[in-house]
Amino acid sequence: MKKTLFDKVWDSHVVSSVENGPDILYIDKHLIHEVTSPQAFNVLEEKEIPLFRPNQVVATADHNVPTENQHLPIQDALSRKQVTQLSKNCEQYGVTLYGLGHPYQGIVHVIGPELGVTQPGMTMVCGDSHTSTHGAFGTIAFGIGTSQVAQVFASQCVLVAKPKSMRVTVSGDLHPDVQPKDVVLYIIAKLGTDAGTGYFVEFAGSVFEQMSMEGRMTVCNMSIEMGARGGMIAPDQTTFDYVTGREFAPKGEALEQKIAYWKTLPTDEGASFDLEHHFDAADIRPMITYGTNPGMGIKIGEKIPESDDASFIKSLQYMGLKAGSSLLHMPISHVFIGSCTNSRIEDFRAAAQYVKGKQKSPDVSALIVPGSQQVAKQIVAEGLDRVFEEAGFVLRQPGCSACLAMNDDKIPAEAYCVSTSNRNFEGRQGQGARTLLASPVTAAAAAVAGKIVDVSQQ
Amino acid sequence: MEKFEILESGMVPLTIENVDTDQIIPARFLKATDRKGFGENLFRDWRYTNDNQAKDFVLNNDAYAGKILVAGNNFGCGSSREHAAWALADYGFRVVVSSFFADIFKGNALNNGILPIQVSSDELQAIFTAINSNPSIQAKVDLEMQQFRIDEAGIVLSFEINAYKKMCMINGYDDIDYLLSQKEAITAFEQNRS
Repeated sequence: MKKTLFDKVWDSHVVSSVENGPDILYIDKHLIHEVTSPQAFNVLEEKEIPLFRPNQVVATADHNVPTENQHLPIQDALSRKQVTQLSKNCEQYGVTLYGLGHPYQGIVHVIGPELGVTQPGMTMVCGDSHTSTHGAFGTIAFGIGTSQVAQVFASQCVLVAKPKSMRVTVSGDLHPDVQPKDVVLYIIAKLGTDAGTGYFVEFAGSVFEQMSMEGRMTVCNMSIEMGARGGMIAPDQTTFDYVTGREFAPKGEALEQKIAYWKTLPTDEGASFDLEHHFDAADIRPMITYGTNPGMGIKIGEKIPESDDASFIKSLQYMGLKAGSSLLHMPISHVFIGSCTNSRIEDFRAAAQYVKGKQKSPDVSALIVPGSQQVAKQIVAEGLDRVFEEAGFVLRQPGCSACLAMNDDKIPAEAYCVSTSNRNFEGRQGQGARTLLASPVTAAAAAVAGKIVDVSQQ
Repeated sequence: MEKFEILESGMVPLTIENVDTDQIIPARFLKATDRKGFGENLFRDWRYTNDNQAKDFVLNNDAYAGKILVAGNNFGCGSSREHAAWALADYGFRVVVSSFFADIFKGNALNNGILPIQVSSDELQAIFTAINSNPSIQAKVDLEMQQFRIDEAGIVLSFEINAYKKMCMINGYDDIDYLLSQKEAITAFEQNRS
């Protein structure tokens, strides 16, 4: 029988199936962080049961950590308590923790791949919906709730019904100014914010074959924004080259054996999907969102569509925008380059390349937040820190930061923020904040111009 | 988990579509280390102004009360935060009716004794119309029969639920207990694949 990449990885991880119910899916790697794990550790405590496979759990502190003065105690009492609780729990249950101050600390979906924890053909979960990021390696990776975090602690398995399969193929050549973020924003704008619900998506076609691993991570990261539990891209030489040599990746003969296995994973020729979508790469241009869900996106320069739908009208009211108008040249006051979507070194290289020799607009505050300590180190090694600082951007320490504003990095009410993060929901970046999702280059260009510009027209 | 059998209750209509979990419980309230007290901040920024004044929002409207939330299409999208389900449960909701639910939210709801009932768009509109004509109209949810009815409006709907999840809800079973009972099979699986 012809199988998809998803089928191959899923089927090899099914312990058994509950009659008329879900599968018991074995989980290879479980990533945890301070916000969605404490209540799960409490379950172990209440039930007086051990953590079944502590060696398959990796922890970091990312969601609520400050991005300044990370060497000092966290000032916010509740955040401090959560981070302290994570340390205590990890120590008690024997879980490896890359906490604040550790050279491997960072956003959970940035450090997994960069440490080689994430490998093709695995199953991975985390109490965070953007776990889909790891699908870039041909991994089944998805977000779970805290009850399920407790289940994985207790049994290294989750109970989950096998989703349906969807393939999104993008073929042809991309415009040179189009970034991976634009590709995924384009797909979500075309399909809608709930099109993927109930599905696992495979991204296929020449565009993804030619994309770097970091670009693939950006795309898979946002699978959840079209409702899909996860997204995957077939592992290939680009994947193997990325994984090779990383701290926790297999080495030597073990790696050779793994690569031979990983080469068997891509979808068989002729395997069928429950749903297929095809897009022409040449149609994609730099994208931006105008509404309060990630599906509300347009090419920069296009007009905001019209609709008499009540939820659509409510959304535009929140954003302070008018149907039929264009966002091009609209003034903005904030720029955020960071988050698990776009905080890897290539994102900062792309932004720095645009910014080099320019100055940010005096009307804009521009925040650069690396995804991990290793990315932060690389930024300095390549001199990008000087490029950003000379241009007036503020470079901070790693964390989720203004993507969800759990720490002090908040966007003020009614302020427009061009953000490389993944969600433009009401209040996501601060109460009343108005988020415009875009690529790192579009964000950098907005910071320089003080307004929205189309880099493909410059 | 609390058992779920039959529920008779009034309904709270939330006609907005694509309600994401950031609206259900904003991220700044996720700093707790236990599961208690989230109901207070359910729909916080739709319920209250920055200086804690009640806004014109359905939870602040005394005309509507009950344990059933009826919501617009694609309820619970976005973040995987189970705090959204905890907030709904803590506030007192036991059922959410919508024409579409996001996957992760649906699972989280079921793991917390909240029954997500998916109906068609037309059925959802009929329910909204019924509530609109009589805000205190009563609905009855029978999980065993997989039936949702509003007798006063002549609405009788059947809904789908996975047989395993139905058994869990009716008996108050948690997935974790089931998984713990499968430890032997899980260990055997680990040994066979290495």
